[in-house]
Amino acid sequence: MIGRDAGRGRFLLIGLPWLWLGVFFLLPFLVVLRMALSDSAQARPPYRPVFDLSDGLSATLDKIAALDLENFRLLWEEPLYLDAFLTSFRLAAATTVLLILIGYPLAHAMARAPARLRPILVALVILPFWTSFLIRVYAWIGILKPEGLLNMMLRQTGLISEPLEILNTEAAILIGLVYAYLPFMVLPLYAALERLDATLIEAATDLGAPRWKAFWLVTVPLSLPGVLAGSFLVFIPALGEFVIPDLLGGSDTLMMGRSLWVEFFNNRDWPLASAVAVVLLVIVMGPIMAHHAFETRRAEAERRGGRS
Amino acid sequence: MKGLSRIDLAALTFGFAFLYLPILILVVYSFNASKLVTVWGGFSTEWYAALFRNKALMDAAGVTFRVGIVSATIATILGTMAAVALVRVPRFTGKGLFTGLLYAPIVMPEVITGLSLLLLFVAIDLDRGFWSVTIAHVTFAMCYVAVVVRSRLSTFDRSLEEAAADLGATPLRAFFSVTLPLIAPAVAAGWLLAFTLSIDDLVLASFTSGPGATTLPMRIYGQVRLGVTPEINAISTLMIGAVALVVIAVSLATRPRAAR
Repeated sequence: MIGRDAGRGRFLLIGLPWLWLGVFFLLPFLVVLRMALSDSAQARPPYRPVFDLSDGLSATLDKIAALDLENFRLLWEEPLYLDAFLTSFRLAAATTVLLILIGYPLAHAMARAPARLRPILVALVILPFWTSFLIRVYAWIGILKPEGLLNMMLRQTGLISEPLEILNTEAAILIGLVYAYLPFMVLPLYAALERLDATLIEAATDLGAPRWKAFWLVTVPLSLPGVLAGSFLVFIPALGEFVIPDLLGGSDTLMMGRSLWVEFFNNRDWPLASAVAVVLLVIVMGPIMAHHAFETRRAEAERRGGRS
Repeated sequence: MKGLSRIDLAALTFGFAFLYLPILILVVYSFNASKLVTVWGGFSTEWYAALFRNKALMDAAGVTFRVGIVSATIATILGTMAAVALVRVPRFTGKGLFTGLLYAPIVMPEVITGLSLLLLFVAIDLDRGFWSVTIAHVTFAMCYVAVVVRSRLSTFDRSLEEAAADLGATPLRAFFSVTLPLIAPAVAAGWLLAFTLSIDDLVLASFTSGPGATTLPMRIYGQVRLGVTPEINAISTLMIGAVALVVIAVSLATRPRAAR
């Protein structure tokens, strides 16, 4: 029974969030695209052409004709940007692999812990996520720098005589990424492993499979959705990460997120920064849509599974 | 249920040490009398005192707090509406795109969202300051709220709402007197999450902020680039302490519900 008021209420219910996301999330991408096709200028605002409502039709057409792909050509031809792209990709991939290697044993142990301990363990994984990202990255500067804690400890134990250069290298970025994104990998993994039916493993061992074989043939395949979900959640934001490469990687390491930031804030080249954004957007769009389709299908399957 | 193997225990120990040691070190060194971060010069709270004398930092904290409260509140309203629409309205025009839009800001690299919002604000001539940062935070946080509320909504019994409707309640009334009390813990958790996301954000704020609306993370970032100082350790410790207190209080308050 839907009265007219209910219909209007529903319209508002859907319309308001829709409108907000449309205006403040979808529409801005069009503005970025237009900016990416403009040219940088020494002016306020620092680009041209500037569209204006008072332009006549022909002036507007002239301005549209002035838009070009110059910035994208620059991105393609300048090795700096290609390097930034490759570095981002390599580090995001390495982070994902390392996180699976570190997160899997942790999530597995959490899922096998006594039931009353599990909520506490989950809360302990989530808690760092609630504390400031910036602060958690900052904490590593004090540890990794040449006169930092790690080098001090290594020197006192006599393992090294000269301080290791870790800060301002790719290794430092990798440590920071793994550290900051660990909860994003562990939680989906834990969710998949905790749901896993323990009797399946018992059945496998009863039938004579050694423990490692039961783990490899039963646990691992059944937890793959969790591995995939975690990988998406880590890989996509890591590609565009800014804070970690900026604070831990120093000025030599360029990642895409940092290139965008430098073009925008340091060089005040808004059009070029926008072109970097468009490229980054195109790159992450594929994984984002794949993940979305994957999650929708999983939710669908769960709903059906829950009903039966 | 078998006990934990040695591998499991090692994984737990290593995992949690990795997660917490850096934070612990940071907190310990905030009480260091020495200005050198790695030399222990005795216990001192002088950096905390210095913090409260630092007017720029205190102003930034005030801005951050106000943006956090306002943006979390708007984000919670919009996010809850979006979640209700997704779960309770079987199909509507553009539902697929709507779901995608709600989901995308969570994984979208922040530099993209930040730059695109700033360019929109420039294009529509919106003054950059308190409201531009707040709008940016709402856009980002409402999606998290929607996720949290949605998972709660999809697990609870719909027949209660139907009973209310059968008894003649309008959908709006049924929502406020039946649905909302039931999902209240999720809505509260959503607000809290939106608030912490807002007070933590550096990237979106840097792009969309203007003169007079410098947030705390922006100030901290500016100082961190100049080097590690005990003063930053002190303010970090305060922020970590505040968050830990709130999260523990909330989890204690909602535990009886969760156990049921």
